[in-house]
Amino acid sequence: MKTEDIEAILEKYSISRGGLISILQGIQSKYGYLPEKSLNIVSEKTGRSLVDIYGVATFYKSFRLKPRGKHLISVCLGTACHVRGGPVIAEEFERQLEIKAGETTPDKEFTLQAVNCLGACALGPIVVVDGHYFSNVNTTKVKQIINKAREGLDKVEIKTDERIFPVEVSCPRCNHTLMDPFNLIDGYPSIRVTTSFGRKHGWLRLSCLYGSYNTEVEYEISEDTVRNFFCPHCHAELIGVTNCPNCDAPMVSMIVRGGGMIQICSRRGCKEHKLDLNGINF
Amino acid sequence: MITLNINGANVSVEKGTTILEALRFIGFPIPTLCFVEGLTPYGACRLCVVEIGEGSSSKLVSSCTYPVEEGLKVRTASKRVIKTRKMIIELLLASCPQSKTIQDLASQYGVHQQRFKQEYEDCILCGLCVRMCEEQMMAKAIGFYGRGENRKIGTPFGIPSEVCRLCGGCMYICPACQLRCTFNQPEKAICGACANLSPPCLDKEQFDDMMCYMDPCVACEIKKD
Repeated sequence: MKTEDIEAILEKYSISRGGLISILQGIQSKYGYLPEKSLNIVSEKTGRSLVDIYGVATFYKSFRLKPRGKHLISVCLGTACHVRGGPVIAEEFERQLEIKAGETTPDKEFTLQAVNCLGACALGPIVVVDGHYFSNVNTTKVKQIINKAREGLDKVEIKTDERIFPVEVSCPRCNHTLMDPFNLIDGYPSIRVTTSFGRKHGWLRLSCLYGSYNTEVEYEISEDTVRNFFCPHCHAELIGVTNCPNCDAPMVSMIVRGGGMIQICSRRGCKEHKLDLNGINF
Repeated sequence: MITLNINGANVSVEKGTTILEALRFIGFPIPTLCFVEGLTPYGACRLCVVEIGEGSSSKLVSSCTYPVEEGLKVRTASKRVIKTRKMIIELLLASCPQSKTIQDLASQYGVHQQRFKQEYEDCILCGLCVRMCEEQMMAKAIGFYGRGENRKIGTPFGIPSEVCRLCGGCMYICPACQLRCTFNQPEKAICGACANLSPPCLDKEQFDDMMCYMDPCVACEIKKD
């Protein structure tokens, strides 16, 4: 955590009393939680006492003071889910993950939380893992849900989803294809580019399926890092003209075979992308 | 100046004073826990309830936070006020029976039973220490955190605060943790009444507008004979 990062967030919002929640939200969206140090910096820069900031941060449930695990499991304990056995499900999760509700496993994989209503009472008891809903959960399903979450719920099932189709791309400068037919991702040839961040340099393979975010990398890159993308053949940087509308990182552009451009965000973890096929926007 | 009616008597007080200040100025004893002169009124303990208005439109308000209004009718010892105050003391006893301040209040107001689930908290969240720290000691080392039943008073992150000067003001002013009651029977919530000041005429007849704060009550003594 850097002081400058917090200062950048502070600049965006008013330092008056009304801006405090926005500032805390900004910090949380960057780090996933509110680090102790960041609150000290906010207190220093805004002239507001740490007690007030801590009071606000602990008052709202959406603010966390401890880092959250990779997967968030929300067990509904609203009235409808409660009468259908929600507490038993919550207990089963607590037993299997060996944590209590509101805690994170020591390996930082899972955070378990009890929520009050998810608005899907007819499907209760409901469990939501990383945005995926599991309905009519019983204790035997708990193990399966944990295993599925471990494997990654965002893995796309290609055959069942018609919105997903393969694209072939090439470098906008040398027009050499970027496809790598020897290394398959999702069963299709992968897109191979060179990435660099800081001093590290390595290959990155992207799935060529539009809508799939599966990748393989030589070096693990932490979330939120903005990387530079290069063509592995002519070594030109694959840089687009626009910035990501979501996170303001530069977009990376590649030519799609058959005419058109595809742009992806250079920030790891940001899923912003844009496909422009001869003037038709997707 | 603003004229208001307290227990049937018209009195004039400065604009901007609260009902509690007016009542105390004139001489009506109103019990308080979370009110201390020199700190901003907070209205947390609700012990200073009084009834304002008349008939069906009357309502209970905390006098420490209610500014006086022209023509306001205030009753300090109506049946409703006393009943509510007794209930508040009972609730305070339910959470903090070790406090001598609260036990004394219980004896004064003749609270002889405690019908709620007994807890043994150290804090009634009156916020005196928080205001003391902020307004008199200019430190802001402690504050409220959490919400609902998890609301607590403490320093940020539960670590010793850099701005705390260990002045002890918070402990000095606390009604719950200072003056530990010698109360030694944990199974019994009420210690055994050192004093009893509850108006004896309450259940006899409608004496809502009588000045029953006197002990023994003159009106009742006359009535007896």
